Amino acid sequence: MTELLSCRSVSKAFGGIQALSDIGFSIHEGEIYGLIGPNGAGKTTLFNVLTGIYTPDRGSIVFEGTQLAGLKPNLIVRRGIARTFQNIRLFPNLSALENVMIGRHVRTKAGVLGAIFRNSATRDEEADIEARALSLLEFVGLRERANQAAGNLAYGDQRRLEIARAMATEPRLLALDEPAAGMNASETQSLRALLGDVRARGITLLLIEHDVRLVMGVCDRLLVLDHGEKIAEGAPVAIQNDPRVIEAYLGAPAAA
Amino acid sequence: MKANVQSKGNALLPAWRNRPLGVALVVLALLALPFVLAGAGTAWVRITNLAILFVLLSLGLNIVVGFAGLLDLGYIAFYAVGAYVYALLASPHFGIHWPFWAILPIGALVAALFGVLLGAPTLKLRGDYLAIVTLGFGEIVRIFLNNLGSPVNITNGPRGINRIDPVTIGDLNFARTDSFFGLAFSGPVKYYYLLLAMLVVVIFINLRLQNSRIGRAWEAVREDEIAARAMGIDTTRIKLLAFAMGASFGGVAGGMFSAMQGFISPESFVLVESVMVLAMVVLGGMGNIWGVILGALLLSFLPPILRFTVQPLQEYFFGRMLVEPEVIRMLIFGFALVLVMGFRPGGLWPAAVRKRSFSGSGGGAHD
Repeated sequence: MTELLSCRSVSKAFGGIQALSDIGFSIHEGEIYGLIGPNGAGKTTLFNVLTGIYTPDRGSIVFEGTQLAGLKPNLIVRRGIARTFQNIRLFPNLSALENVMIGRHVRTKAGVLGAIFRNSATRDEEADIEARALSLLEFVGLRERANQAAGNLAYGDQRRLEIARAMATEPRLLALDEPAAGMNASETQSLRALLGDVRARGITLLLIEHDVRLVMGVCDRLLVLDHGEKIAEGAPVAIQNDPRVIEAYLGAPAAA
Repeated sequence: MKANVQSKGNALLPAWRNRPLGVALVVLALLALPFVLAGAGTAWVRITNLAILFVLLSLGLNIVVGFAGLLDLGYIAFYAVGAYVYALLASPHFGIHWPFWAILPIGALVAALFGVLLGAPTLKLRGDYLAIVTLGFGEIVRIFLNNLGSPVNITNGPRGINRIDPVTIGDLNFARTDSFFGLAFSGPVKYYYLLLAMLVVVIFINLRLQNSRIGRAWEAVREDEIAARAMGIDTTRIKLLAFAMGASFGGVAGGMFSAMQGFISPESFVLVESVMVLAMVVLGGMGNIWGVILGALLLSFLPPILRFTVQPLQEYFFGRMLVEPEVIRMLIFGFALVLVMGFRPGGLWPAAVRKRSFSGSGGGAHD
């Protein structure tokens, strides 16, 4: 398997708090890679470092052969990493369709003059943006909601819309920050199916998730963080039995 | 929810096509308007012209505030820049007399440059903080104009610039009265038609921009800047573009103001004017082009209407004037804003979710 993303000794501190220390791991092409850990373990910080919202203090992040550390978020999206947010960040007053169309921004070109004169290149581009956005809405099952304001969609639909919007940027790696948070059992079930479909499109997935059943069921490999440090990496079964992981989640066994 | 919803947002264009008669009536009414108004006095044509200038200004500010969500309290500075560019290049002050069609684009460009100049240091600010910096910027520009009269006399300081050239196209001088088809076209009437033509162009540009990749990027920044960045939008560039585009409309409006008035001074570009334009945008409906136009027209016509009615009404009822029209104007402004914000927070004609019509599974264009 080829490495899609590899991190070497990535560190990030906020004031005196070491949010990430010396994290190293690599994600293979085509897999679903899980990132778990107790609250405050540094999962979202790692996400923000990978997607350019934070700059790492040290370390390297190599994605398809190019260095990402220090790049601005828009350039990282251009390289092929898209993300969703733990606390849903849609464009609430725009329609679901327009939300996804905005995801096409990075793959399209029209500028001010193109917009004003709407020449044939711009018209074709707009038609393509709309067609692709519609087909992505279809893919996540929101075709019928295309003209509704994103902010008025049901919670689970908003999460799916965020995935469609991220996919519109044509990512090679899609990073999902707790996609199942707040979902009920049946919504989680259909999310799981959706993740499989996304993978089937050749997109590698990085997943932060608290729903243990979902993580264990869907991920190929897992990285476990605790207090900003990597404590384990491997297949779900191995992780489940790792004493350090159990300790991080349940606390150390009482001294005998 | 049905998938086939009538296209509403992409702007009237499709709706226009369905109602040729209505469109023809509106066009006729707009063309006949100055002659109707002239019956009530040329003053009303001038008032209408100023109202159109404020519509232009509001549409420019709407790009910054309504589309991109960047609160700007110093917008009148760009109006001032455009006005002074025109005044300096078409008056005896420097002895330069360029034609208006050459100066207006320069005014737009210089104003756009000032827009970037204001935008660059404020990229990381938003909300209240951005408002304060832009407010300061507006004052700085005005004070500069006020003080650039010495030691090198550039702006002629507080005395302002006089005898600014009117617009001329070929032999057609907009300061004189001409007659065509047996009708007398006074200066203000000619300016009315010129401004109307500009307004149509500006509305067209605004509609096109809003329904484009750039317009969507502006709205994305307004809705959630972090998410916009995560979608690959270069928020730095897109915000500067909003400042520059908005400012350029202000610059054009300023140039027309110079030509129409024939005299400008820093006094015309005080903070209250910025606040007034912002009030037009907010009252009408931020982000909705038609709402903004409505807001600008309402707030532009209110003062002259009050001026002409308050005094006679009071004299009729009380025998003398008790309250100055100016006082009543401010009272009504304040009251109207409080009411609108209380009951219609999105403005009188708020921006609606744009719905697109598409059929079948193909998608397809809507325009």
